[in-house]
Amino acid sequence: MSIEQKGHSGSREWAVEARGLVKTFGHNHAVDGVDLNVKAGTIYGVLGPNGAGKTTTIRMLATLLRPDAGSARIFGHDVVKESQVVRQLIGVTGQYASVDEALSATENLVIFSRLLGLSRSEARRKAAELLEEFGLTEAAKRPLKNFSGGMRRRLDLAASLIAQPPLIFLDEPTTGLDPRTRNQMWETIRRLVKTGSTVLLTTQYLQEADELADRVAVIDQGRVVAEGTVDELKMSVGSSSLHLRIKNSQDIVNARQIVDRVLNVQSSVTAEGGKMTAPMAEADRVTDLLIALREAGIELAELSVQKPTLDEVFLTITGHGVEEDVSATPEQTHKEGEAR
Amino acid sequence: MNSGSIKPAHERQLRNKTSFIQSVRHSLTMAYRGLLKIRRTPEQLFDVTFQPIIFTLMFTYIFGGAISGDVKSYLPVVIPGILVQTVITTSVVTGVQLREDMDKGVFDRFKSLPIARIAPLAGALLADTIRYTIATLLTFTMGYIMGYRPDGGLSHVVIAGLIVIACSWAISWIFAFFGVIARTASSVQGISMIILFPLTFLSNAFVPANTMPDWLQWFVKINPISHLVTAVRDLTNSGTVGGDLIISLVGAAVIVVIFAPITVRAYMRRT
Repeated sequence: MSIEQKGHSGSREWAVEARGLVKTFGHNHAVDGVDLNVKAGTIYGVLGPNGAGKTTTIRMLATLLRPDAGSARIFGHDVVKESQVVRQLIGVTGQYASVDEALSATENLVIFSRLLGLSRSEARRKAAELLEEFGLTEAAKRPLKNFSGGMRRRLDLAASLIAQPPLIFLDEPTTGLDPRTRNQMWETIRRLVKTGSTVLLTTQYLQEADELADRVAVIDQGRVVAEGTVDELKMSVGSSSLHLRIKNSQDIVNARQIVDRVLNVQSSVTAEGGKMTAPMAEADRVTDLLIALREAGIELAELSVQKPTLDEVFLTITGHGVEEDVSATPEQTHKEGEAR
Repeated sequence: MNSGSIKPAHERQLRNKTSFIQSVRHSLTMAYRGLLKIRRTPEQLFDVTFQPIIFTLMFTYIFGGAISGDVKSYLPVVIPGILVQTVITTSVVTGVQLREDMDKGVFDRFKSLPIARIAPLAGALLADTIRYTIATLLTFTMGYIMGYRPDGGLSHVVIAGLIVIACSWAISWIFAFFGVIARTASSVQGISMIILFPLTFLSNAFVPANTMPDWLQWFVKINPISHLVTAVRDLTNSGTVGGDLIISLVGAAVIVVIFAPITVRAYMRRT
């Protein structure tokens, strides 16, 4: 039958292909021409501040919102024309737990399982299995009103996994979770991908994208402003930098001259003194520098190499920071940019 | 995850249509969800429990003497009236709860599941028939305690009860429509009561129509509620089936035919 053929003609390589997605709410261009390509079997991070259009994008991809313009395919199936097929391939975990508050954890999972076509006994088994897996067995019979935020998210994710969908959307899966629960959630997401799932997650946390995502799209004001692997994004901002701390702060001027001469760059000294930062284009030169410093009798207290953080990436790309306290000095980033 | 790796998308058999049987199954599961919710929060049955008891007592003892001479002879008039009024008022809750439900996160999940689009609606409406059943049982029970002995016999009382439940279910589609298009649950309640209050009181439910002025009689006679009340009276008091019953059932069917599609369409657009 033609239906079956469609299933087989589906894309094997791309879990998500979105072209020029647009969604407007009144005068607000929530999503303004987003392109996304997500390879099957990977974790893809959509990174952006609040109100950037992340959730709206996910809702369009998950058939919850109809795009005003553009198109999107999930494993080769159009989200508008073949929405019911797409729904068989995805699991959605929303920003606000999409589970039934009035019911218990087991009842929630049983109902979702029944809706997905499992028999009564299969549904019971599946619910028990998932609760066990997500460490919710003890709370299985309690109403969700008494659940903590972390438990609710876990249940929500469990509910998304009933049909073992090949693509899972996670909208800010760890927002509002404490660090321990957040780490558990990350572990779960990594395990998911190991079993062959594709995960598309949104996050406002740069660290989260850094930890999890194979590729990242940075979204700002409804547009993708940068795309690539986390490393590529960091590279686009600047090379790694060398951080040095000098034991005797009176040596700093001397040390700085040596650094500038040997590495052939402009270094900078931080306000606290005794600390220097220099762009590091070639790692080999560091050996020369260390030898030169020893010959000059300058002792080092600490030496480290740092890749640029995603905070810097975001700042450079969008022109405004994600958070108020941008720890890295913007001046330094610009210098690195010039140095390249 | 324990159960091994996930089946890749291209190896799955996928269908873009939901079959009728699946739609029915999904709706029944959603109705089951509605029943579970009632069991978890039994306080939402307050209205269907107390309204029949209080209204039956109140109306019978207040109007009984004035309208029919004494309470006992008023019972065959007022019990069918209260039954229809109470059960139909109960159907407003369907719209209110639907609105509240749709604002919750769980509806996002229902929408993202490959289930029949009508299932969350149909399920909610189906589950609410339990409320109508409770209201119906309690009204008849109150009547019995107060001395109401319907001449039509038990079987006709049961049939009358079922007809009231069926008609209320049909009417609940109207309130479901308000529930889908309204912005807040309280506005659903407001709109519904404004419609329902005149409709139930400007009928022959409590007072015989021939005591009213002509212009009002005209409305009372075309009011579908009056026809339903008369149909119930015929069944319970004499075990007869008249034209009123047919009018009531046809009216109910017309409501479903009009409101079910527009409600579903509005629901889909909202989602």
